[in-house]
Amino acid sequence: MGKKTGKQTYHFANPPVVISTGTVAGPLEGQGPLHADFDEILTDSRNNEKTFEQAERSLLTKACQLALDHASCSTTEVDLFLAGDLLNQIISSNFTAGTLGIPFLGLYGACSTAALGLALGAMLLDGGFAGTVLTATVSHNSTAERQYRFPTEYGAQRRPYQQWTVTGAGAALLGYDRPGPKITAVTFGKVIDLGSTDPLNMGAAMAPAAADTIRQHFADTGWDPNAFDLIVTGDLGIIGLDLCRQELAESGLHLGENFTDCGVMIYDLQKQDVHAGGSGCAASALVVYGHLYRRFQRQEIQRLLLIGTGSLHSTTSVQQGESIPCVAHAVRIEA
Amino acid sequence: MAKPKLTPEQQRYQNKVKKAEPKPDYLRNALLAFVSGGLVCVLGQALTDFYTIIMQVPPKEAANPATATMILIGALLTGFGVFDKLAKYAGAGLAVPVTGFANSVVSAALEFREEGLIYGVCAKMFTLAGAVITFGVMTAFVFGLIHAIFH
Repeated sequence: MGKKTGKQTYHFANPPVVISTGTVAGPLEGQGPLHADFDEILTDSRNNEKTFEQAERSLLTKACQLALDHASCSTTEVDLFLAGDLLNQIISSNFTAGTLGIPFLGLYGACSTAALGLALGAMLLDGGFAGTVLTATVSHNSTAERQYRFPTEYGAQRRPYQQWTVTGAGAALLGYDRPGPKITAVTFGKVIDLGSTDPLNMGAAMAPAAADTIRQHFADTGWDPNAFDLIVTGDLGIIGLDLCRQELAESGLHLGENFTDCGVMIYDLQKQDVHAGGSGCAASALVVYGHLYRRFQRQEIQRLLLIGTGSLHSTTSVQQGESIPCVAHAVRIEA
Repeated sequence: MAKPKLTPEQQRYQNKVKKAEPKPDYLRNALLAFVSGGLVCVLGQALTDFYTIIMQVPPKEAANPATATMILIGALLTGFGVFDKLAKYAGAGLAVPVTGFANSVVSAALEFREEGLIYGVCAKMFTLAGAVITFGVMTAFVFGLIHAIFH
C-alpha cells in the first residue's frame, strides 16, 4: 500500500507521461472559443455515416488514430485500450476496440470517463502491468439526446439550466520514455447522491460529488489549491460550477480564479445557444486532451487538477423517480 | 414516480439547488405561446373557411380536412427540420394545437427509422404521442358514456 496517500489518493513512484493526444470536435464545438486547439473539426455531425451511432464510433476511432499517429505508434505497440462512452453497453467503445484490435477494458463512468481512463491507465503503467496504454472517450449530441431525452426533431423547449451534450471524441496515449506532461497523482471519488432527481440539471446533481473529491484530494495530499494553474471540473456547467464552489466554501475550501469547468470553457455561453454549458464525455476529453494538453506544450500551464464528473443514472432509474448517483475522479497532471 | 424521502443533508442541498436554478422567463414564454398559438388558430380557421367557401365542404364537416392539413403542415415542418427551431420560441403555442401532436409522432418516426420499419418506425412512432392517444380515447369513452346516459 506504499502508493496510497490518505484515504482515496494514489501517488505514482514512476509518473506516466501523456505522450500524445487526438481530438475530433463536432461542428458546434468547432465554432467555440477553443476551436484552434482541436486536431479535427467536423463540418457535418453525421460524418458521412448512415446513423448517428455509426458517426459516434467513427469519431472515437479517428481520435484514437490521431493520438497514435502523433506519437508514430502502431496499435501493436499498445498493451491496453481503456475506453467508454454514454450509449447503452458502451457500444461505441466496443466497436472501436474491435477496429483497433488492442486488448480492451471497457469503462463506464458516464462523463467522468476521460478522467477515469487517465487514472486507471496511469495506475496500470505505474504498477508495471503495461508499458503503453491508450485511453479514449466519445459523446455525440444526437445519440445522447435520443437515448436520454427526446427525438432530435421534437420541439421541446430547453430549460435555462440544461446543458448541451458535446459532440466529439478525445484519446490520450500514456507511457514512458517520451516527453510530455506527467500524471503524478489520482483521487478516486465515492458515489455521492444528494437527492437530485432532475436529469435535466445534471450539473447540480454532480456538484456535490465534485466537491467531495476535491476536498478529499486536498485533505489527502496537503497541497495548497493555489499551487495549481488550473483546477477544472468535467462538465458541471455554469450552475453546477457555482454550486460546487459554494459547497467547497462552506466546508472552508475557498477556490479562486483558477477554478473552472470544461463544460463552461468549451462554448461561448453568451453567443452559443447552449444554456448552462457543455456536458457529456467529450466535454472534458476535448478540453483536456485538446486545449489544455496544448497549453502544457506551449508551457502556459505547469500544474493541472482535472476532476472528471459523472452522472451515473439510467433512463429507467430516472423514470422510476430515483435520485441520481454521481461520482468524480481527480487526476493531477504536471509538466 | 414517488420522490424518495430526503435525508436532512439532501434536503439542505436541494434547497440550495432550487435557489440556484434560473427560472424560465414565464411571461415571455406565455406571451410568445399566446401569439404563436393564436396564429396557428388563425391558420386553422383560414383553412376551414377555404374548405367551406372554395371547396364547398359543408361547414359542420370542414374542420376535418382543415385539421388534416394542419397535421400535414406540422409533419412537413418536422421533416424539414424547422419545427424544433420554431417550437423553441413558440413553446406551448405550437405544442398544444394538433401541430404538436404531428411533431411528436413524426419526430419519433424519423428518429427510429434506422431500427427498421416495423420495430423502429411503426412501434416507436407513438413513444411520445401514446400518452395523448390513451388519454384521448379514455376521455372520449367517458364523455360518450355521459352523453349516452343523459340523452
